[in-house]
Amino acid sequence: MKTNAVNLTETEYLLPGNRLCAGCAVSLAYRHILKALEGQAIATVPASCLTVLHGMYPITAVNVPCVNTPFASTGASATGLVAGLKALGKKGLTVLAIAGDGGTHDIGIQALSGAAERRDDFIYICYDNEGYMNTGNQRSGSTPLGAISGTTPILGKQQNQKDMTAIMEAHGLPYVATANASYPLDLYEKVRKARSIEGTRFIHVFTPCPPGWGFPLSDTIRIGQLAVQTGWDMLYEVENGVFRLTSASESTARRGNLRPLREYLMEQGRFRNITEEQIDELQDWVNARWQRCLKRAAK
Amino acid sequence: MKRSSTLKKVDRKADIQILDGNHAAAHGAKLSRVQVIAAYPITPQSPVTETLSEFVEGGDLNAEYIAVESEHSALAVCTSASIVGARTFTATSSHGLAYMHEMLHWVAGTRLPVVLACVNRAIGAPWNVLNDQQDSISQRDTGWIQIYARNNQEILDSVIQAYKIAESVYVPVMVCYDGYVLSHTEMPVAVPSQDDMDRFLPPYKPHTVLDPADPKNYNLVTLANPRVNAEGVLCHGYMELRYLLQEALQHSRETIAGVGREFGELFGRSYANMFWEDRMDDADIVIVAMGSLAMEAIVAANMLREKGHKAGVLGLRVFRPFPKADVVKALSKSRLVVVFDKNVSYGSEGATCSEIKSALYGSGANAVIRNFIVGLGGRDIKARELADAVTKSLPSLKEGVLNREYPEWICHI
Repeated sequence: MKTNAVNLTETEYLLPGNRLCAGCAVSLAYRHILKALEGQAIATVPASCLTVLHGMYPITAVNVPCVNTPFASTGASATGLVAGLKALGKKGLTVLAIAGDGGTHDIGIQALSGAAERRDDFIYICYDNEGYMNTGNQRSGSTPLGAISGTTPILGKQQNQKDMTAIMEAHGLPYVATANASYPLDLYEKVRKARSIEGTRFIHVFTPCPPGWGFPLSDTIRIGQLAVQTGWDMLYEVENGVFRLTSASESTARRGNLRPLREYLMEQGRFRNITEEQIDELQDWVNARWQRCLKRAAK
Repeated sequence: MKRSSTLKKVDRKADIQILDGNHAAAHGAKLSRVQVIAAYPITPQSPVTETLSEFVEGGDLNAEYIAVESEHSALAVCTSASIVGARTFTATSSHGLAYMHEMLHWVAGTRLPVVLACVNRAIGAPWNVLNDQQDSISQRDTGWIQIYARNNQEILDSVIQAYKIAESVYVPVMVCYDGYVLSHTEMPVAVPSQDDMDRFLPPYKPHTVLDPADPKNYNLVTLANPRVNAEGVLCHGYMELRYLLQEALQHSRETIAGVGREFGELFGRSYANMFWEDRMDDADIVIVAMGSLAMEAIVAANMLREKGHKAGVLGLRVFRPFPKADVVKALSKSRLVVVFDKNVSYGSEGATCSEIKSALYGSGANAVIRNFIVGLGGRDIKARELADAVTKSLPSLKEGVLNREYPEWICHI
């Protein structure tokens, strides 16, 4: 049975009242991730916005066991949890590593790559708000070309983001997917599927950040949708090498038209100094990736 | 430390094997029935990881062996596996230990009984793979118990005891031994039988169990001040947690001694003291050294005795917690204390010398203290040179200068 807003489990593992900013997409994404795991998980979290969500000792907003771990070590911490559970013969728990884009694309990539190469048995979720938002919006390896940040304050970032999902797919993982907090049921289904698969599973979740990106906090869902409609973010999964567009990306492909990327960029204060050349470069990048995906989906 | 009345002295069915230090450490881990091993190769530690992976692949050790991609990850794996409740082991040297620095703090802060073998090696720049103790001394303030071995038997015995100590006080233990001097030098080592070992070391019980039915959140952001929980109970702030770690280290001396005594009763080799004493009863000149250098110091003391000097040796075994009161007692009759350090705290002096001075301050001891920095980067240091340094220090007794601001170096400058 397809999950929908009506039959989605009412059990909450993310308790009401956490310390994230108003309008943050991470709360929404995390809520559905934990629902999909039905609380039968141990989460490991590096320094990130999610650390803030989890709260301050001795009170936490999360109703699953959690192991905080230093910034660079998320993948290795997950490996340790898996190895420890295996050594003790404990079964039935999913190890969930969940980190931001700084903790995944940048400082955590080594530990994650090592764990993925070892095929260690956990789900790794990167929630991507395209910058070091927890420390006040500095440039990360996922910040887009032209975006103003705390460390690209005047000219904007001069390089585009790296494609982390493609990097993880290149590890030959059994399951790689992208999701978006604006499409929580698609995210939910993907985590459910990932849960049933063995090995390292990677899910990239697009999570718009109102204060960091510079849009009204009431617009989080719309910005996330616009990202998909313009092709800046794409929803797909690769299961044992088989590529499939999902949710709004799949319907966009059927309709055959992406909206111009400019519509997405112009909604956000971080792109206030972006040049026409940079917009063209980003549009070309989106188009090329979209075409590659359409070809893969057609196979 | 309470001793179990069910323990009976074993009939020492030890198997004497010719082992280098790295194999002694690996056998110690195997006998301790470690459940998760994570390690990354580095000279001169690599044979430890190779030997353990051979034990695991060959079916001789029922453990998860994780070949990680860095030392930082090695200790992160051990941390999380230990949180789950598995007994964990790792080994490293030099740059590897430096790369673990962040995780060393994290393990101690989480109060996990992880055991780490540090094969002491110089640290760059410039590159050098040979022995000194700068690596582990540089990690002195991370909240780990540090034990130094003088020979390969002590390596094996210390790894085994380390688990019992760590799992009693919930403080991680670093067992340090000199690279090449011990790691690659073969000696006869008595290897206890597994049955005897199992009588000595009970299974590991984690202080907190991770269970979805009773979810706990490890290492949340913790404020400086105490804070009430949802039930209105006041819980520790960051500073109270730090106090408790210091208190655990302060009190661990009794546990270390108790475990060492119990080990001695079972296996015939007692480790009840924080340091080794050689002819200290009548000594007024004392050589202080740590690790394999403490064995060399015994030979140097012999040379000095032959010349009529009442020389003895204090071989430091436990560097953290530093056994201040024991040191004061042992050095109470000394007139001259010569401390040799295979490390230096740049701009100050050797780390063990600072500890000795700190311990003696206000104790009424009136000894002249001299510090020599020796053996860095594998520079050979012979018993003759130790004895010469002591002889060179003798005029200080007449000069009456107890303390010097900076150490002397035995090198070519």
